Amino acid sequence: MDKLFHSVYLDRSKCKGCTTCLRNCPTGAIRVRGGKARIIENKCIDCGECIRICPHHAKLARTDPLKSIESFKYKVAIPAPTLLGQFKQRYSADRILTALKSIGFDEVLEVAKGAETVGRSLEFELEGGRDDLPMISSACPAVSNLIQVRFPELVGNITTLKSPMTLTARMAREQLLANSEHNGLKDEDIGIFFITPCAAKATEVTKSLSAGDPMDRIDGAISIKDLFRPLSAALGKGKCEAGLHTASSEGFSWAVSGGESSYLGKRRHSLHVDGISNVISVLDEIECGRLSNIDFFEGLACTGGCVGGCLTVENNFVAKMRIEMRAENERGNVVPALSEDDLRTFYASGDMHREQPLEPRIFQPLDEDFDKAIEKMNEIERIEASLPGIDCGSCGAPGCRAHAEDIVKGFARKIDCIFVLRDRLETLARLTNEMLQMGQPMSEQEETEDESK
Amino acid sequence: MGYNMTFDVESGDFATAGQASRKIKKKLQDLGISSKIIRRIAIAGYEGEMNLAIHSDGGQILLDAEPGVITLRLEDTGPGIGNVDLAMTEGWSTASDSVREMGFGAGMGLPNMRNNADGFEITSRPGVGTKIKMTFDL
Ligand code: SF4
Ligand code: SF4
Repeated sequence: MDKLFHSVYLDRSKCKGCTTCLRNCPTGAIRVRGGKARIIENKCIDCGECIRICPHHAKLARTDPLKSIESFKYKVAIPAPTLLGQFKQRYSADRILTALKSIGFDEVLEVAKGAETVGRSLEFELEGGRDDLPMISSACPAVSNLIQVRFPELVGNITTLKSPMTLTARMAREQLLANSEHNGLKDEDIGIFFITPCAAKATEVTKSLSAGDPMDRIDGAISIKDLFRPLSAALGKGKCEAGLHTASSEGFSWAVSGGESSYLGKRRHSLHVDGISNVISVLDEIECGRLSNIDFFEGLACTGGCVGGCLTVENNFVAKMRIEMRAENERGNVVPALSEDDLRTFYASGDMHREQPLEPRIFQPLDEDFDKAIEKMNEIERIEASLPGIDCGSCGAPGCRAHAEDIVKGFARKIDCIFVLRDRLETLARLTNEMLQMGQPMSEQEETEDESK
Repeated sequence: MGYNMTFDVESGDFATAGQASRKIKKKLQDLGISSKIIRRIAIAGYEGEMNLAIHSDGGQILLDAEPGVITLRLEDTGPGIGNVDLAMTEGWSTASDSVREMGFGAGMGLPNMRNNADGFEITSRPGVGTKIKMTFDL
């Protein structure tokens, strides 16, 4: 991807320039300029922290409206496992999926199915031995983006297995096309829509339309939040369709942090961490070489895992409890569709792996020329030392250091700092005052001195 | 023409250990150093930082970036190392049990630093302190 697309964006009319988001962005991607927030595109990882924190609801995620499915003849919904955590236990999974189907879809296939396939294949990825341990999960796109932006050396640790969402979309499309003699569907008739818990996945969906294998493409992302009301209304209506819920408890447990790792069982050392700042601190340790004794790292940007996604409705702890209870009740109900042998054949086919491994996002150094970069670095440090060091954010940068960097890069002026401005104004006021006071008597004095000569 | 920076590391301060290495990493990224070299410096720097926190009475990490070479110096006051050659063998450690229980000090520190650096010099005076100089060619 050369062109960066982001689901997260700003509604300028709602932004009050309050700087709340500024200090909570994990990659320092936000500036407030001219009284409005701005996102620096190549630093944003679509984690959704700013959406959660903005008190004025000015940060939003671009997703597709439900009516966008109308442009396809055959509409398939692929819901994230998190969907099951949004509703009370008394609604069975079949009931929830029936409701989803009833609001306009011809077919529903749970992303938890793709999760099963990926989960069972993790062991294959580790079997051959790897140069870089721990292997890092590719399930959370915000974490993959984070690694591309802040931990370029770890990009190679990310597994090249496709995400459950991508594999599920592929499974749905392949099945429909394999039956085209009966269903009469052509590729372009099929619209596959991901029901998304977060902005990062919505971005991943948009990317799938222009890059990678066309069989993996997903035609749109509809947020769980937008569907919550129509789904709630549909839950009580009509007959429940049996057999829509085909995923195993292990599969839909991916909604919760640790669900993916559990596929590796006790044979492997795996570490699962949720919440973006926790993920960052563990990645720091991995980069410093401290955790190479661990086989697998599952990092999820949202608290609790996908149940904490910024486009979900239910409190993440409640949703987590519901997923866990559903998993407990359904344990062992589903036998995996693919036998071990079939799974290995699929794994060996290459279709389970992304064609191109991820690349680090280009990090812009202070200057291409090393001498100049050093000069600028020294300049930044001089300016930083002259700033108050309280990281108040009123200059529009997330901290004094970032402000000093912005000045040297030419994006800001020193007097954007209100303390610097105040000092200058004070100096100016003092000088003006001095001049005023000196004005009259001074010239008289000079005249007298002159006369005395 | 160069850029240099000093970081203080306190003895026994495990909670903030790693901070200096993180800052060094960020600065080297800004200077446009390749991520491969940064990673080696981060690994060696982190080991060094841990050594200062675990084994010394406190010290400093000095970063020096010049065209062609990055130098990392670790200077501490403390017990020093009696037998440097022995300390350079993999697996050797003087860390106390309580430190080991925290997952630190399982040996490997000095050899790991040497393996990641292009140049490695160590001088130690028992009862006074240790000085390590690591260089990384650009
Ligand atoms: S939190 Fe950010 S986006 Fe929201 S109003 Fe404040 S500055 Fe604007
Ligand atoms: S989505 Fe995350 S990375 Fe992007 S601007 Fe918001 S807080 Fe920063």
